[in-house]
Amino acid sequence: MSFYKLGDDIADTTAPDVPIEQRWDKRRFDAKLVNPANRRRHSVIVVGTGLAGGAAGATLAEQGYHVIQFCYQDSPRRAHSIAAQGGINAAKNYRNDGDSVYRLFYDTVKGGDFRARESNVYRLAQTSTQIIDQCVAQGVPFAREYGGLLDTRSFGGVQVARTFYARGQTGQQLLIGAYQALSRQIDAGNVEMHARTEMLDLIVIDGRARGIVARDLITGEISTYIADAVVLATGGYGNVFYLSTNAKNSNASAIWRAHRRGAYFANPCYTQIHPTCIPRSGDHQSKLTLMSESLRNDGRIWVPKNPGDTRSPDQIPEDERDYYLERIYPGFGNLVPRDIASRAAKNQCDLGRGVGPGGLGVFLDFADAIKRMGEAAVREKYGNLFEMYDRITGEDPYKVPMRIYPAIHYTMGGLWVDYDLQSTIPGCFVIGEANFSDHGANRLGASALMQGLADGYFVLPPMLGNYIASNKFDKVDASHPEVAATVAEATGRLDRLLSIDGVRTVDSFHRELGEILWDECGMARSEDGLRKALGRLPELREEFWRSVKVPGTGASLNQSLERANRVSDFLELGELLCVDALHREESCGGHFRVESQTPDGEARRDDDRFAYAAAWEFGGTGGTPILHREPLEFDYVHLAQRNYA
Amino acid sequence: MKLTLRIWRQAGPAEPGRMVAYEVPDANPDMSFLELLDVLNERLTLEGEDPVTFDHDCREGICGSCGVVINGQAHGPRALTTTCQLHVRSFADGDVIDIEPWRSVAFGVLKDLMVDRSGLDRIIQAGGYISAPTGSAPEAHSTPVPKPIADTAFDNATCIGCGACVAACPNGSAMLFTSAKVTHLNSLPQGAPERASRVLNLVEAMDAEGFGGCTNTGECTNACPKGIPLDSIATLNREYLRASLGRK
Repeated sequence: MSFYKLGDDIADTTAPDVPIEQRWDKRRFDAKLVNPANRRRHSVIVVGTGLAGGAAGATLAEQGYHVIQFCYQDSPRRAHSIAAQGGINAAKNYRNDGDSVYRLFYDTVKGGDFRARESNVYRLAQTSTQIIDQCVAQGVPFAREYGGLLDTRSFGGVQVARTFYARGQTGQQLLIGAYQALSRQIDAGNVEMHARTEMLDLIVIDGRARGIVARDLITGEISTYIADAVVLATGGYGNVFYLSTNAKNSNASAIWRAHRRGAYFANPCYTQIHPTCIPRSGDHQSKLTLMSESLRNDGRIWVPKNPGDTRSPDQIPEDERDYYLERIYPGFGNLVPRDIASRAAKNQCDLGRGVGPGGLGVFLDFADAIKRMGEAAVREKYGNLFEMYDRITGEDPYKVPMRIYPAIHYTMGGLWVDYDLQSTIPGCFVIGEANFSDHGANRLGASALMQGLADGYFVLPPMLGNYIASNKFDKVDASHPEVAATVAEATGRLDRLLSIDGVRTVDSFHRELGEILWDECGMARSEDGLRKALGRLPELREEFWRSVKVPGTGASLNQSLERANRVSDFLELGELLCVDALHREESCGGHFRVESQTPDGEARRDDDRFAYAAAWEFGGTGGTPILHREPLEFDYVHLAQRNYA
Repeated sequence: MKLTLRIWRQAGPAEPGRMVAYEVPDANPDMSFLELLDVLNERLTLEGEDPVTFDHDCREGICGSCGVVINGQAHGPRALTTTCQLHVRSFADGDVIDIEPWRSVAFGVLKDLMVDRSGLDRIIQAGGYISAPTGSAPEAHSTPVPKPIADTAFDNATCIGCGACVAACPNGSAMLFTSAKVTHLNSLPQGAPERASRVLNLVEAMDAEGFGGCTNTGECTNACPKGIPLDSIATLNREYLRASLGRK
């Protein structure tokens, strides 16, 4: 028990106590309003310009608030939402296939392995239909049928076709829609946009979030920005693993600094691993690329039976191959759920049967599909994915089996928020992947885009208005002692990073952090492994602060300094990730504890002990974090062991 | 593989720049081009030299952050490929590779290979949107859009705003970028009410940002990693003429 302390339970007190279908209407009706004429006197900081942040900034500005918005990229259009491929769910029931708001709600709670808050998920499902309307009106070119109506497809084990898409670039198209809406407000003078500017810390005055300290990445200048509320829309923390499908610069610093200032961090151990990524090709690997899971519909996954077999795959005869998914799961074969496919690949590689560089890969073979369907049919269905694979690996998947390996690509955990999306720091709202709210322990495909846009366009704006209408805001300027202290702390931290002048690069620390987490807190987690990681991580953090080498100065463009600052936060977050994983002695969703599995290797939840969200209070760097449990109640979707058989 | 990289080094916008040669004796054919720069930067850092600054983020060809001129070609030798998706195996052992930033009057160099592309954002801000405030949208199926029109809109909406078209153009024109947005939004029924003002405002902003004129050399579409067709420029010209003549 020594690795954490147990604090008081917490609860969401903002969702009204009425039947679930009426909660959002009632909450909005009870919310206080800000007179339209007064809104321009209120300013709101929005950090991040992805689907959640872009949508929120545009919407708040349209409503008349003065928005001060930030992104570290050179343009708000580049946020990592842009890389989402698959689609966006909405309960439109255009297919007349039995879909409904209730079914989307049900699927999401169940898919999240009963670790999400029902009220939030129901509202997400309710809001989903409006998102599609909004995006179509903005000119988002969703796929259409010949009759001119929107096309949909099914996705990720769900039995209805509720996923809207724009080829394999749905995230890009939705983000460009939000970016254009934001651009309109920038032009109108309602959004003050600061690109290439990164948040360094949150300013908390009298217990409320009142601003941020940020660094201009071009000049190095550190400035303060004051507002009535702060919205964090800074995405997930997948890059704590170094190698992930996240963008290279995606980071957790904004949410981690807010956590250090008092915002609870919920369920950090809920991380999602995608089974079909392109494996790493060597030590130079800087990130991983996802390929659509649809490949598993026709490809067969195998490894050589003999460990260490380095023959080229066409030299390995049929009886020396192990089609292990078909062997272990004869019912589902290659189409087992994501987490099972990922763990099975890891197990094979652990047995020494992995293929490719470092033995970290398994074959995904289309030879039989080409024989059965013909190359033309395979090309028609998967051509763009095969091209992508060829571009990255230089291998032709029509001739040689592809190699795949699982990779981190989404984090369900994040800052704890109530039904209003407000963190435990009043005035600090958290939206999109940065919060923990809607996906429980596992996110379903095509639900990330839905949540980002629901939060940004429809959920945050009325709740933020309620907060502003319910509070008085004294004038704060840069001379306020809290502001000055926060700036001094942020500046001191950068100065310290620059002054170490050690012998190891930032990336070498980040890689080592990633390896520890991937090995001990990745696809399968054990008490021994987690304890080992928790022994090593504080040493690594101390070594970082003793021997990192950051060249250059803080008063100019310095990408090494940017990275060092982010990695210093990842090092602390990595410890909390392992603490959370160690304390949760059950398996659920993306969190698999080897001690808690069924005889056939499936995840086994422990609802009696763990049907709660774990909200962690910061216990100091290297200190002991404090656990606050939010018990989860399932009044509508009844607790049951997930079963996709 | 052994490669020689001749890289444009420039400490700041007002500083003079020059090409500096670096040897990378241990390049791996499976590295991406940006990983090659990463490896060089790790070495420079440990040697106490300033690492090379370059823009990058998603490293999967969709965010539009990266982009350098490689041996005179924007995004390098491979068609329909961003710099981050280019791999070292596209080069031969012993090659000397010139790496420069986007060159254009409208894109000032910030440092080394990083340029200021904010002019492209200001073109979009001038009217590259459909005015549809949140909450005001009608039911999505109330306006069917014929598939060919939806496909044209999509093809143009795939622009990633990287600026390769500008860098490749001998005139430094942003016509392909601007035309992609005009074609995307003006094709759609939802974009019709602002059709005339949109094209006029975008072209005015494009000129004000200092981008050059178009002389139909077609270098832009060759360099475009997303294959935005030259036809889009014809559409822009047609839309512009139509709007200038005051036709609705």
